[in-house]
Amino acid sequence: MNLRKYLVLLAVMCFGGAGDVLLKRGMKDFGPVDLHNLPHVVAALANPWVLLGIVCLTGFFASYLTALSWADLTYVLPATAMGYVIIAVLSKYFLQEQISQWRWAGILLISCGVGWVTRGPELTERAESKTLIEGKEQHELA
Amino acid sequence: MNSLKLWSAIALMVLASSAGDVLLSSAMKRIGDLGELRARHGLLAVIFRVFGDKQFLLALTCMTFAFFSLLTALSWGDASLVAPASASLTFLVSAVMAKIFLHEDVDRRRWISATLVCVGVAMLTQ
Repeated sequence: MNLRKYLVLLAVMCFGGAGDVLLKRGMKDFGPVDLHNLPHVVAALANPWVLLGIVCLTGFFASYLTALSWADLTYVLPATAMGYVIIAVLSKYFLQEQISQWRWAGILLISCGVGWVTRGPELTERAESKTLIEGKEQHELA
Repeated sequence: MNSLKLWSAIALMVLASSAGDVLLSSAMKRIGDLGELRARHGLLAVIFRVFGDKQFLLALTCMTFAFFSLLTALSWGDASLVAPASASLTFLVSAVMAKIFLHEDVDRRRWISATLVCVGVAMLTQ
């Protein structure tokens, strides 16, 4: 793992968390959506918070795809779950929501899980990739 | 009967979401490191390469199906049950599917992490 890859994982967490919170902020202004009148929800796109949320979620998807291009799914999913923690913290300070002791305990568990998985290898070593790397090294030595 | 309907929708959502993640992961591994591709061929070429991939489009279809299954489940049950159940089950099912279909090396470290995150997500919604 190099700095660029850690930054991509950080972008997944931050963009995902911020996108969800911005959407929630916009939908708070917009009001409840009636399930029987779903097309009405398109009008929410005129809200600047919702638009900013969509921009963040586009950034989330781009960085998620980038992370999946060089790391295992079972590495990326827990590593990016830190986004849930960011949502909880932003909800407390930006949306003034109450965070119960259960939620803080959940945040602690997620942080432990994220810390645990990011200390391991990000990609399953396969025979063909190993051969490729060895071949590259031999070529560089020659 | 209502409970069976609700859990069927949750199961569909979890399966479709996990299948979408697995397909997406497989497609991105085949396409290669996006950072390197962008440096070599530019951003537009990367976008065309990704959106022209059939497996990527199939993954998007699965994720769209998962989204509508979630909406359906939310209309049948309480958000306080549907959201944690679907989010935390998706973590575990994705790990199992990644091991079976992508042959990822899901060692003890990754199982423990997935379980911690799964329980943590369930607790966040309390």
